[in-house]
Amino acid sequence: MDKNLIKIELIVEKISSEFGAAIIANCINSDMATFTVDSKSIIAVIQYLKEELGFNFLTDLCGIHYPNEELSLGVVYHLHNFNENTRLRLKTFVSINNPTMPTATNLFPTSNWMERETFDFYGITFDGHPNMKRILNVDYLDYYPMRKEYPLEDPTRHDKDDRFFGR
Amino acid sequence: MENNTYTNIETPKLSSPHYTTLNLGPTHPATHGIFQNILTMDGEHVVDSEQTVGYIHRAFEKIAEQRTWYQITPLTDRLNYCSSPINNIGYQLAVEKLFGVTTSKRIDYMRVVIMELSRIADHLICNSVIGVDAGALTGFLYVMQERENIYDIFEEICGARLTTNIGRIGGFDSDFKPSTIDKINTFLANFPKVLKEFENLLLRNRIFMDRTIGVGGISGERALAYGFTGPNLRATGVDYDVRVMNSYSSYSDFDFIIPTGTQGDTYDRFCVRQAEMWESLKIIAQALKNMPEGAYCVDVPEIVLPAKEEVYGKMEALIWHFKVVMGEVNTPVGEIYTSVEGGNGELGFYIVSDGGRTPYRLHFRRPCFIYYQAYPEMIKGGLLSDAIITLSSMNVIAGELDA
Repeated sequence: MDKNLIKIELIVEKISSEFGAAIIANCINSDMATFTVDSKSIIAVIQYLKEELGFNFLTDLCGIHYPNEELSLGVVYHLHNFNENTRLRLKTFVSINNPTMPTATNLFPTSNWMERETFDFYGITFDGHPNMKRILNVDYLDYYPMRKEYPLEDPTRHDKDDRFFGR
Repeated sequence: MENNTYTNIETPKLSSPHYTTLNLGPTHPATHGIFQNILTMDGEHVVDSEQTVGYIHRAFEKIAEQRTWYQITPLTDRLNYCSSPINNIGYQLAVEKLFGVTTSKRIDYMRVVIMELSRIADHLICNSVIGVDAGALTGFLYVMQERENIYDIFEEICGARLTTNIGRIGGFDSDFKPSTIDKINTFLANFPKVLKEFENLLLRNRIFMDRTIGVGGISGERALAYGFTGPNLRATGVDYDVRVMNSYSSYSDFDFIIPTGTQGDTYDRFCVRQAEMWESLKIIAQALKNMPEGAYCVDVPEIVLPAKEEVYGKMEALIWHFKVVMGEVNTPVGEIYTSVEGGNGELGFYIVSDGGRTPYRLHFRRPCFIYYQAYPEMIKGGLLSDAIITLSSMNVIAGELDA
């Protein structure tokens, strides 16, 4: 456990010295080290992690939406270093008015479909992606269904209304 | 067109206009699920393939954002429906990690028994279907009886067979009955003979070997780049197994090996699954033998529904029952990622919680969605019949692919 913590602190130190201001925040108290990275530098950070620090496996990539934030759409990457068995989470946020960011397909071919899924559900366009189109939904869908402005339940239902539970 | 100097017969070139387009799927009996591949064919050879997925997309991630924690387990059933209990327990482990709950050894061992049984059921289907696609229906029909026996065990434990919703967050709704233990022991006694016979039928069968060796191969490097996990990755020689690498549910207590292949082809995938079933049997036997005494669920009222007789008779239990059902418990704020070794790879759960009654964001890392994108690369240049057998050996499950 202690050994892990040292490794994580080393990673934090290396990334911070390499990228400086591009690392907006880091958190090592979560279940794995988490960095919030400027969307312009995200690919450079992933490349550095892959080539210098041995994070050779992209476990997961998904979108997230915080409607109240200024940069409201986010992409979350989970990287895995198989040799050291360390996991790492990267987050990057873009504005909903211009949701574009660079693609990771050149580093990890596996991100191809995961980026398409993120585009499909959140409308984030990945620049340089070989085939940027919807994947699970129909092509003529004209909205991005996982965004928070599309509630799932019938708005006339009140049995789970937060007002009745003092929230 | 270039002319062959020896025979004066035209040899087709790769840019030949004589390609045909073939729609394989969406519903074709040979694809075992709803997969569409638009193939460009040169005679019997596959030149290119374009995949269409999403035919049975059911928006589980969106639905999960409106459901309280315990209501999401039934959604996970419908991901990889060949091994639902692994999905259920994986999700329960994720929520326990979010709530900071640790389970006792007994709960862990009970879970291990169930997860390994469902791994056997999953691999059994996959491997016997490879046989079917190579023209050997007998093995499939023969092992189906053993899968039924596993489903009988699930039925004893949770009342359902395929979409199980087995266990609860924090443990189980009830203990294993003595008859359940008997059934598992009977299975452990009878299954090795069946598995051995199944192996005799295919493993060194000349026809089967000719159909599978060197078919649909992928290198370890490409497999990692494509995000392969599970038996498909291990068949290429990379010994990554979540059960060992990030041990969960007390898997570190058990003695088992991780079988690996070398070529990453259909035959290796078959062999790895076959060997894993033997390992699963070993794990189940160890878990039953060393099963500690104790409670079958944790004592954390925030996540475990109280017993019915207490709900009807005690105020405190009634309050907790209401709170759990309505999702009015204090959920920790935070985000976690946890993964289990599913039937076909690393099944991950990424939960973001804002303290509300539902997850703010729940993302399933579905292994076959991630590795199915390598399929065109694996079948290019091969025969159409090899493409079919490659698809079934990859264990792509439509429910998990489309979420």
